[in-house]
Amino acid sequence: MTEFLQATVNGIATGAIYGLLALGFVIIYKSSEVLSFAQSGLMILGAFWVVYFSSVLALNFWLAVLLGVLLSALIGVAIERSMLRPMVGKPAFSVAILTIGLNIALTVIGFDLIGVEIRSLGDPWGIQKVEIGQLVVSQKDVATIVASVIVVGALLAFFRYSRFGLAMRATAIDQETALAQGIPVARVFAVAWAIAAGLATIAGVFLGAGTGVTAAIGVRAIRALPAAVIGGLDSIPGAIVGGLIVGLAEAYTVAYQAEYLGFLGQNFSTAVAYVVMFFVLLVRPYGIFGTREVVRV
Amino acid sequence: MEGAVQLLEVANLEVVYHDVVLVLRGISFSVPDGQIVALLGANGAGKTTVLRAISGLLDVHHGDITKGEVRVDGKATHRLTPAAIVDRGVTQVMEGRRVFAEFTVEENLRVGAHTNPDEREENLARVFDLFPVLKDRRKHTAGYLSGGEQQMLAMGRGLMSDPRFLLLDEPSLGLAPLLVQQIRDLIVEINRQGTAILLVEQNATMALSIAQHGYVMETGKIVMDKPADELMRDEDVQEFYLGLGGAGGERKSFREVKHYKRRKRWLS
Repeated sequence: MTEFLQATVNGIATGAIYGLLALGFVIIYKSSEVLSFAQSGLMILGAFWVVYFSSVLALNFWLAVLLGVLLSALIGVAIERSMLRPMVGKPAFSVAILTIGLNIALTVIGFDLIGVEIRSLGDPWGIQKVEIGQLVVSQKDVATIVASVIVVGALLAFFRYSRFGLAMRATAIDQETALAQGIPVARVFAVAWAIAAGLATIAGVFLGAGTGVTAAIGVRAIRALPAAVIGGLDSIPGAIVGGLIVGLAEAYTVAYQAEYLGFLGQNFSTAVAYVVMFFVLLVRPYGIFGTREVVRV
Repeated sequence: MEGAVQLLEVANLEVVYHDVVLVLRGISFSVPDGQIVALLGANGAGKTTVLRAISGLLDVHHGDITKGEVRVDGKATHRLTPAAIVDRGVTQVMEGRRVFAEFTVEENLRVGAHTNPDEREENLARVFDLFPVLKDRRKHTAGYLSGGEQQMLAMGRGLMSDPRFLLLDEPSLGLAPLLVQQIRDLIVEINRQGTAILLVEQNATMALSIAQHGYVMETGKIVMDKPADELMRDEDVQEFYLGLGGAGGERKSFREVKHYKRRKRWLS
């Protein structure tokens, strides 16, 4: 039982990270109908900025995170303005391919900046653990869960109550009507990219916290895509739920697969997200919360 | 009318879709401040395109203004973004209502107030005053409203930006006769409160009964331009747009249907 609970907590913590990345994906898709495969690249670059501010410039960790998120958001806006805006109205397929190329470029730049070493984020959690009853949970996991709840809550409040959040939702439903109401749709796209880049940076911070940032975190970030697909590409709650499903599936696989399904070999946990996605799509081709809609890429 | 400053003008407008399809062939007309102007015409004449050109929504449909101008109070607006045009006081209520179905009535209205957040409460009160049914349903999901209520919501949403010129595209489309009457009265009331209206309609009887001036379009050109009551009495308009037959009641064959030649206008 303890083992199960332990795996559950681990799963929720990783799932929260996938959820943040998937959320960025969904926000871009909803507002501009662009399938952006650049989330992992944005995350690597974002994590580097935080490393840079906190360990190279030796700033306070929280200040470094804040600056990193802001800088990433600016980069997100610049990417949208320079690369995505000229593609408005072009086939979804071309735009998706463009974001794949963008992801490669961002990843390579990120790798180059980070280098081969493990870079410390200077976070306050390190590898310390807290004991809750019989559970041993790393502080970093607790921080991840708490921070994700705060960030997601703030975003949902922004979409629900603020004037611009409402404008973004209106744009997601019907772009032309939104334009007719005087909503600056171009700015909506830019803000969507800023939010996605900021979320990716926060996800990168928590992936790299404790153990340190290496180029390898990008590989894990790719699993945010199955998370978004499982939840439904155009659903914000779906992104969170999808992230948690992938996180939990991985944690349980790590905990039990060697024992019960040993023939699948080692490290099957890295593949389990895709297995789950496969079965979810068999049953619900639009994801758990997605709306039925035909978009071919 | 030349020299008057307070008006929405369309001058020699030519619009091309997808670089090849010429839809408007040099259209000129004006909507003076505080008036109702009707724009009539059959399907495909280009009425909706005129509205898109005014409100800046041509881009979405791959359309482009190749010649001519749209001016508000003498200043060209046809190169501005839709948001800037709404800011200048020109708001379009699109055909087919296009309410945000998943939003509540109130959220729909709040979206309409995007360019004008400071006066949102006043405009909200005005809209609820004009359309009491929206006030009763303010927390309801817009998609579940009836067609007439959705049309009122679309008009109310347009009014939230407090426009000086309201462009209405087929507000009576698909509504029962009684509701058409109600929408008609509401348009008159909106106009009475000081908003000029450009009314695009297939229902010519309704449009001409409230407009001061009317234009008739045919295949991208304006073929008639008269005060509304004169248009009402015009034989051809009666026959083709008001559905009233000739004096003898016998139907004419389509071979005899008259096609209008564009009146030559060197200056417009």
